Parts: sequence; structure tokens; C-alpha cells
Amino acid sequence: MTDTTERATASPDLEQPYGALGLAEDEYARIRTILGRRPTSSELAMYSVMWSEHCSYKSSKVHLRQFAEKKPDTDILLVGIGENAGVVDIGQGYAVTFKIESHNHPSYVEPYQGAATGVGGIVRDILSMGARPVAIADPLRFGPPEAPDTARVLPGVVAGIGGYANCLGLPTIGGEVVFDPSYAGNPLVNALCVGVMRHEDIKLAKATGPGNLVVLFGSRTGGDGIGGVSVLASATFSGSEGTGSTAKRPSVQVGDPFAEKLLIECCLQLYAEDLVVGIQDLGGAGLSCATSELASNAGTGMHVWLDRVPLRDASLGCEEILMSESQERMCAIVEPRRLERFLAVARRWDVTATVIGEVNDTGRLTIDFHDERIVDVPPRTVAHEGPVYQRPLHRPAGQDALVADEPTAHRLARPGTGAELRATLLRMVSSPELADKSWVTDQYDRYVQGNTVLAAPEDAGVVRVDAHTGLGVAVATDGNGRYTMLDPYAGAQLALVEAYRNVATTGAVPLAVTNCLNFGSPEDPEVMWQFAEAVRGLADGCQTLGIPVTGGNVSFYNQTGTTPILPTPVVGVLGVLDDVARRTPVGFRHEGDMIFLLGQTRDELGGSSWAHLEHGHLGGRPPRVDLDAERELAEVLVAASRDGLVEAAHDLSNGGLAITLVEACLRGGTGARIVLPEGVDPFVGLFSESAARAVVAVSRSEELRRRDMCVARGVPVARIGVVLGSALEVQDQFIVAVDELRAAHQSAFPALFG
Amino acid sequence: MTGPVVTTPTVSAGAGVDRSSPVGARIGVVTFPGSLDDRDALRAIVAAGGTAVPLWHADADLHGVDAVVLPGGFSYGDYLRTGAIARFAPVMTAVVEAAHDGLPVLGICNGFQLLTEAHLLPGALARNASLRFVCRDQRLRVESSATAWTSGYAAGQEIVVPVKNGEGAYVADDATLDALESEGRVVVRYLGSNPNGSYRDIAGIANASGTIVGLMPHPEHAIDPLTGPSRDGMGFFTSILRRMLTGTVGAR
Repeated sequence: MTDTTERATASPDLEQPYGALGLAEDEYARIRTILGRRPTSSELAMYSVMWSEHCSYKSSKVHLRQFAEKKPDTDILLVGIGENAGVVDIGQGYAVTFKIESHNHPSYVEPYQGAATGVGGIVRDILSMGARPVAIADPLRFGPPEAPDTARVLPGVVAGIGGYANCLGLPTIGGEVVFDPSYAGNPLVNALCVGVMRHEDIKLAKATGPGNLVVLFGSRTGGDGIGGVSVLASATFSGSEGTGSTAKRPSVQVGDPFAEKLLIECCLQLYAEDLVVGIQDLGGAGLSCATSELASNAGTGMHVWLDRVPLRDASLGCEEILMSESQERMCAIVEPRRLERFLAVARRWDVTATVIGEVNDTGRLTIDFHDERIVDVPPRTVAHEGPVYQRPLHRPAGQDALVADEPTAHRLARPGTGAELRATLLRMVSSPELADKSWVTDQYDRYVQGNTVLAAPEDAGVVRVDAHTGLGVAVATDGNGRYTMLDPYAGAQLALVEAYRNVATTGAVPLAVTNCLNFGSPEDPEVMWQFAEAVRGLADGCQTLGIPVTGGNVSFYNQTGTTPILPTPVVGVLGVLDDVARRTPVGFRHEGDMIFLLGQTRDELGGSSWAHLEHGHLGGRPPRVDLDAERELAEVLVAASRDGLVEAAHDLSNGGLAITLVEACLRGGTGARIVLPEGVDPFVGLFSESAARAVVAVSRSEELRRRDMCVARGVPVARIGVVLGSALEVQDQFIVAVDELRAAHQSAFPALFG
Repeated sequence: MTGPVVTTPTVSAGAGVDRSSPVGARIGVVTFPGSLDDRDALRAIVAAGGTAVPLWHADADLHGVDAVVLPGGFSYGDYLRTGAIARFAPVMTAVVEAAHDGLPVLGICNGFQLLTEAHLLPGALARNASLRFVCRDQRLRVESSATAWTSGYAAGQEIVVPVKNGEGAYVADDATLDALESEGRVVVRYLGSNPNGSYRDIAGIANASGTIVGLMPHPEHAIDPLTGPSRDGMGFFTSILRRMLTGTVGAR
């Protein structure tokens, strides 16, 4: 029997399964207050998914406000935080939208489909802004590389991303692959998408204009993914992995990239012919989210005939239809006079399109199912006025001891001789953390669309936006859970400055920021402290660097049992290049080029790759953050690219100078002879992870201009060597053939994953 | 409704390409549902100096083109089998008929798979030996310059062009392979490590008259060092345009 509003009024004492749907008792009570009666089962379904942590940001909202409050003074934001994705002006009439999201829990339960639908979801977010999606980047984090479950999760995730993005025709141009035991039961699968449009093509998720029609189009609605956001993304997994994951498998959606490809082309034609008034993708919380947000955003009302929704499974109940997270669906607001043309375009792309409702001015969202009223709610209370919590925070009890445990020479044995340094370098180069990732990236199409100028393992991915002017964008994502564990405020800033630096290294001017904040349970005060500190650090960092946060995603409950993951804010930075032909690549390509180190090196090994890989140690303080130094370095790198001064540039991060030099040599197929600056301890010089540093290669004729430019901007600069031969030589310490480095670098992934 | 031009950005050459001297030859590129590299193929044709004509899967009219490119992608999501559904698209009836009459056809990746499904070329493309999708810059040797699409290369010339496929392993029985070899119809071969387990390292083959060529590598992604590993792929497009000019299409 259908639970109607009438029945709900008549049976106020009926027991409802709000707890099983993830609602707290006081939240349920609030719903009753809002409605003045008990909710119908359909209303309960809607509120439960929309008030879930994933959709409502109820634990994070009070902190995320800082991104708006501390927004730097800028006029590049065409659409700010709050829409499906922020939109940035990149000049020449072009706008770029970009955003990063997580699909962590589904990817643990079912790696292939979890990762695939993660890509599908972020692509629809970008598409719903009016943009053509043009590139993807995927920051990934897994448990120990040799763990048996990593051999299940990693190949599945990589194949899922490739299987979906390749079939959509989206180049994958960047990302990360990181390993840490804390991700063993909770991998992180984050996906970033970039889209491009003209300014006038920007679309918003608003159901404006009473009398306009609500059109659902794309795939039919099925029983997959029901409760994905409330069951999967907003609760902790039980410790018993086997049973937990099997029981939750039906909550993972199943992707059909071909359907999404058609949906993309269909939408772009609809936009080109100006056939939609507003548009919203269906992702987490499905129709519940799309209908309530469209109406709430416009301040209008909406009526929906739910039985008109085309189904894959005729046995679905109305609650399931409302909660289903079936993929590859969009919801558009269409003027009646445009409907016929709209449907013709949909037919052309073999996309099913159905009028399921109408915009009105009642201020209510009403839904009928076979002529019975099953929902009658104020849409704002569903979409935007969910609960907000000021969760308790507490600096972890062990934090002081952790910070005090500095990786000093006394505490951790350091390589002292040239032979020890050489052996250390070879071991680190061949560790999965620092090894060549082409086993992963070769499964992604980086060429499709014909505009990819740089892709991983370059510091940032670069795609051309306009073939005539050469205008293009760069994007990089970075995160460091170890640094963030030691100091969440600094750790978030270090993620920001690394992505910022990576973008600048290619010659692009950093413009805007997106973030994916992966943390443990917000109900754990120590996790909440990490979260609050990280958000504060990121907001302050963006303010000082002058680049606004345009949007992002929070993923809580990333923990196994009561053990949370390393706090992992992943930051994406977008930059613009006036002419992509000026981009600076990573590889040393020309014999005789002079190698310079920019920035200052200190003894900073807390949270470093060296401490982790060589000693299994995590303690002390992360590298010092100097935002002014980062900005000055970025200015030098951008100016050098614009003036054609540099042949190659590569930032310093995990593994320090040693790893940067190895990567630049391997990428360019050359060797280098390095002389460490006077007075620098060779070990510190090679493996310290001090921030605000980069290596550049300059042709001999430009050497003086290069130096002058650095001096003028106050960036420390040291000439440390020359591109030469077929070996990496650190004078007075060691020499290692590039071929030997290459063999070490390339062996790790095939050895582990086949 | 006509072709997919509505949603296709203006077909244009990359920066630095002289667009003032179109040769006049019209090369069609078919868009199937799920085609991905159609725009890249159109761009490559323009960059080579030709006139690019978008063709639509549901339209059986070839609009008078002088040659056809079947582009890469996942037509119909690769459902059932790669190329198996696209083969029945209305446009393919026209393409097959015209190809039998000597119309030059180049199938790239999914287009190659489609040419084998349509029996315009022998053999089939099977799942990569690694069972993984592979995208990488690949060294190739052009084995035959006696086709409509490779006349601009020297036989034996080595080039670097991207491969990107999940089902790119060329397979055929020994008799077919021997015939292809002896008739000089192996057009391109992989050098270095074979990316997908293709028999005899075969990357591309031709029909007996050299008008129809199927390739797994993507020459349209190697027309500009800015966006590809080389410009080595341009020769496939300039070869066909030169053939058009000199009127030697179909001749060997």
C-alpha cells in the first residue's frame, strides 16, 4: 500500500525506520516539525538521503564557510561555491569549470564500478554547468602495495577509471598513486574533471519559470545505488571487511560509459540550441536531490508525476525511485515551446527523455505516484536547510609526542658515504611510492580530443582550449597525508602549495582551487580537529596566494573500525597559459643545459619519503610553509616560461632533489652532473623535502638572464650542475647510470601487479 | 537533420598550419554513437590541406566525398563485440558499396575493428594479451608504401605514433597471415615491444588493391609535436590527398 500524505496524517504513531536510513532521532523529530505530521515513507527516504553527511555537509559546513569568508579579492569567479562546480574566467571569452570529488567507499566495495561511476559523476557535474568536459585527473590512495587486498583494489580502480573515461573520450592527464597502511581498508579514489565553455553558455541548476517542464533524460532508473550516499558515504565500515563489503555491494552503482557519452553529446547540442532553462545532474541521492535542489535554488515550486519515470525494473517502489542513484541521468527545465525540439535532439542521440513534472509557484515540492500524493514538502528544507552540527574538536592526545619525535640524525640513521647515498637513492626510486607509474597511466587515454599538451608524469596536465590562440589550462592535484597527520594546518597548505607550484612549473599562472577533503569520522573529536585545522590552513593559504576556492567535496567516515585514515586533503589547482606552446616540460633534453636549484634547502625530513621508506618513521614537523616564497617562485617560473628562458622545470616534493633529478633525467633520456652547493650536507641536500623549490634547466646562452630574474624577485638560486651524458653523477658522492635508474624506477609496478 | 556539425567545434587546423591552400579533396569522417577521435581525424585532414566532411552514421549518403575515415572510439560502447553493431549502421552500407568500387577507406582503431567486421579486411582484433587497455607512444615500421594511405612514406620508414586500445591484437589464421605477407599487404608493423599481442607484430593491413587500410595506431594523434609524440602520422593524410591530386587513387 502506498504511504500517502493523507495516510501519514491519519497514522501519526506509525513506527518509521529512520535509524536504519541513517537519521538521528532529533533529525527525525525536526522533519516532523517541518511537516507538521510524520513524513510519508517517500518523504523519509528523501530527507534521509539529502540530510546525509555526503549531501548536507552537516558536520563540515561551519568550517567550509571560511572558503567564502576568506575569499581573495578577485574578479575571475563567474560562478562561486555552491553550484555543481565553480566557474572561472580564463580570458578570450572562455570559462573553465573544474571540481574534484571522492568515490572512496564504493571503490573499496566494488573497485571497478566504484571508480568508474566516480568518474561518471564528476563528469556530469561539469556537464551540468554548460561545459564540454575536456580532461580528467585521478588522485588515488591505496593500502600497502604488497598487501593482497591492494592487488584486488588497485587494478580494479585503475581499470574502472580507464574503462569509463576512455570510453567517454576524455583524456586523463594527471593524478597521483600513493600508498599507506591507513588506506588498506579504505582506499581513496578522487576524480577531478575540467570543462570548457564560452561565458554565455554557463548553465545553472534552477527551476525557474512556472509552467516550464521538468524533463528527465538519460538512462532508465533502476535499483542500483539505492542509499549510496547515506549507507556508503556517510557511515563507517564495520571491521569485518568481508561481510561488510558484500552486504553493501548493492549500494554501489553500475556505470554505462556509452550512455554517458551520448548524454554528453546530447547535452552539448541542447545547450548549443539554447533549449534548456536550468539543468541538474543526477548523482548522489538521485531524483530526491535533483528535484529539491532545482526548486530550492530558484525559490519556486515543482510538481512531479513519479510514475512517469522510465524504469529498468518495474517492481521498484516510489521510495526506491526517489533514492535510486542509477547513473547517466540528467534533469532539465524546459520551456513548453522548446519541448518538441528538445525531444528531437534527445532522439537523435538515442537518449530517452520524459516530461516528469512542471515548475510552479507554490513554494512546495509535490510528488504524485499513480494519482496519490506521496510527497508534499518545502524544497528548501530538503535541499538546503538540513541539520548543521558544530562537532566537538579535540587536539589528539598523542599529537605532542608525534611532533616531538623529530627524524634527527640521532634518531634515524642517515646514509653517510657516497655508496650509502647511492644505495638509498636506488631503493627509494624503486619503491612503489616513488616509482614510475606508467603501469597505471598507460591504461588511460591521454591523447583523445587532440588537445593534450602535457600529461602525467609531467608536473601538471595541460590541455589546449583554443587551437588558434593557443590558450590553455593546466591542472595539478596534490595531497600529503603524512604531513597533514603531523600538522593538519600546514599539511593542507603544503598540498595547496605543491599543486600551485606544479601548475607554475609548466608556465601556467595559478588561478583557482578545488579540494577533496578525505578524513575519518566527524564524530571523533580528534578527526574533527584535524579537519578544522586543515580547512583553516587551506582557506588562509588560498587567501594569501590570492587564488579562490571554487568548490569541492568532503568525504568523512574514511576509517576501518575506529582507526581513521591519515587526514588527506587533496587540493587541485587550475592555471592558465596564454599560449600552450610556451609550456615547460619536466625532462632534461639538451646536453649542456645548466641546472639551477631555486629556493632554500633546510634539514626538513619530518613526514618525508625517506623517513617513511627507509625507516617506517612518521614524526616531527612537516616542511615549513612559506607562502610568499611560493608566490615568488611561481612568478619566476611563469615569467621564465613566457620569456622562453627555460628548457625544463620540475618541482621538488616527495624524495627531494634526488628524486626530482632522477625524474628529469629519465623523462628527457639524459644524464646530469651535479655539484651540491658548498656547505650543504649531501644527504640533506639530496633528500630533504623543503617546500618552495624547483629545478630548472637553462641553455647556456640564457644563464645570466635567468640568474638576474631570480635575484630581482628574491628567489634563492644556485647553479648545481649540467645536463650531460648517460649517468646521474653527484660529484664526490656517487655515479649511477640512467639505465640502472630506469630499470629500478620501472620495475616496481609490473612486479607487483603484473 | 544533417551531420553532427551542430555539436562539433569549427573544424580547424592547429596553429601554424597554412589554411589558405585547400587542395579540394573532400575526406569524410563518420561519427557513430560512441566515436571519439572523429574530431581529431577531421582536424588532421584540415591540417594536411584537405576539406574535412563530417558524415553521420544514420545517413546513408556519403555526400560525394573522395575518401572516408572510420575513426577511433567505442562505437555503440563496444557492446557485443567491437565494431559489430556499427557495421549495420546505414552509412556502412554506402561505405562498403563504395569501397568495393575503389573508394579509399582508412579505419583507425575502432575503424579497423569495424573494417574487419564488415569483411572489407580479413582477420579480427582480439583483446590485448595483457588484458589491459594500453596507451603509449609506439615505434612502427611502415612496411608498404603501395597503398592509397601510405604512398608518402618510404617502405621501411620508422615512425612514432600513439597506440591506445583494449582490443588491438590482430589475429588471423596462418594462411591469411601468409597471404598478407606475401602480397605486401602488411602496411605497418610494431617495433620494440608488441603492445597488444598482435600476430606477427601487425599494426595495420590493406586490401589487395591498397585502397582500404586498417590501422590500430592513431596517426591523427601524431600530426603536431605540441599535442602528440611527433608529426609522423601526417603522412597518412597527405598521402591520400596527393593521390587525389594526381588521380592515382586505387592504382598500385
